[in-house]
Amino acid sequence: MNLLTPDPGLLFWMVLSFAVVFLLLAKFGFPVIVGAINKRKEFIEMSLLSAKQANEKLAKIQEESEQLLADAKAKQKDIIASAMQEKQKILEAAQEEARSSAKQIVDEATAHIAAEKDKALREVRSEVAALAIDIAEKIVGEKMSNTAEQQRTIEKLIDEL
Amino acid sequence: MKAFLHILFICMLSCLALPCFAEEKEEEAFDVAATIFEHLGDSYEWHIAGDCVIPLPCIVIEKGGVATFMSDEIEDGKVCKGYHIAEEGEYEGKIVNADGERPFDISITKNVLELLIVCTVMCVVILSLAAWYRKHGHKKAPGGFVGAMEAVIDFVDKDIVKASIGHGYEKFSYYLLTIFFFILTCNLLGLLPVFPGGANLTGNITVTATLAITSFIAINFFAPKEYYKSIFWPDVPLFLKAIPLMPVIEFIGVFTKPFSLTIRLFANILAGHVVILSLTCLIFITEPMGEMMNGSMTVVSVLFCLFMNCLELLVAFLQAYVFTMLTATFIGMAHNE
Repeated sequence: MNLLTPDPGLLFWMVLSFAVVFLLLAKFGFPVIVGAINKRKEFIEMSLLSAKQANEKLAKIQEESEQLLADAKAKQKDIIASAMQEKQKILEAAQEEARSSAKQIVDEATAHIAAEKDKALREVRSEVAALAIDIAEKIVGEKMSNTAEQQRTIEKLIDEL
Repeated sequence: MKAFLHILFICMLSCLALPCFAEEKEEEAFDVAATIFEHLGDSYEWHIAGDCVIPLPCIVIEKGGVATFMSDEIEDGKVCKGYHIAEEGEYEGKIVNADGERPFDISITKNVLELLIVCTVMCVVILSLAAWYRKHGHKKAPGGFVGAMEAVIDFVDKDIVKASIGHGYEKFSYYLLTIFFFILTCNLLGLLPVFPGGANLTGNITVTATLAITSFIAINFFAPKEYYKSIFWPDVPLFLKAIPLMPVIEFIGVFTKPFSLTIRLFANILAGHVVILSLTCLIFITEPMGEMMNGSMTVVSVLFCLFMNCLELLVAFLQAYVFTMLTATFIGMAHNE
């Protein structure tokens, strides 16, 4: 059978050309292609990973900014509230002070008035006494001695009036 | 449906035309076996059709030195530089010297030329792919032919080689890729009926044996120590090793693996070629039986040939896949035993 006996000439060429093709392709052909495919696979995986990470980062930043905004709002509210309180306090204090100072002024004025009134009364009284003595002198026609006893008598008389 | 009608029409046309053609060269009876074996075997010239023959260079080496001449110088029994083609005997159809002895014959025969064409095609395709990747780097995704080839290369590299060998597969990846594309290119070119193809390379036992020897080297010469231990001193009861039954079986197994690779590829491709050639021969066998018979058998033959060619296209890929996968599996077995 011709088909089943190996042919040395073809074997020679086969070994030679297969060796050449194998060495050529294994050196310059397949490593480049397979390397590029593997590198691209890695590149795609890395890109996906970094995209995922970027997404996560973005979400985190968004969350943080929202948190920040909420914090700021709360703080603003606090500040406003405390300012209001302060204002109320200051107002109240001012009112209190005004009230007390007004009262003091009124008290002082009252005391003053009372003192003035007393003084005035006393003056009026002594004036009246003097007048009464004068009138009585004139009526009696004699000069009454302006002694202390007489003075006392007059005052007693005035009091009885 | 339209395409089917188109094919049917062409078949009809061919069955009208062929009988007329055949009538011209009558007389000599059609020898099916000779025709088929001529197509399957090797020859010193490349016969295309009718009288159209490409002469190929013959190179023979003997003690006297190297002799080169073209194949048309020794055709039809002519003698050139003391060499002629033997008409009968042990070396029938081969170049012999005046004494009827066979010199070392490294002629560029039909198969050798086909082999060189296959190698050229492979180198051009793969190296131009590599050039594309060198130019564009890994950040650009290829399209078209480069993309298709990338899918195949990636499939072989990851789904055959990596899946079968596992850890450390990179060492064998380039060899197995070469084997895969070599067998695939041979198979596909073998399916072409005219010049750049048509030779029966992967259906030639020399070629498949050489491929199997390379896989034998890849399997055995890079295997770890444990592999050889499992062959010569396997983990079996002592009495199986004392009379060296298991070692002998294991040792034979080392050689049956590449042998089965040789025969599988050889037989599959050879069978495909034989079936297609036989179906084609059907036209010429039925020629003396009248035009009606001949015409109808031509239609049958063309339809079956069409079917067989589609099947062979599948087989071309399948056998390349099987050879690569089995080699990878054997390598994996040797490494992970």
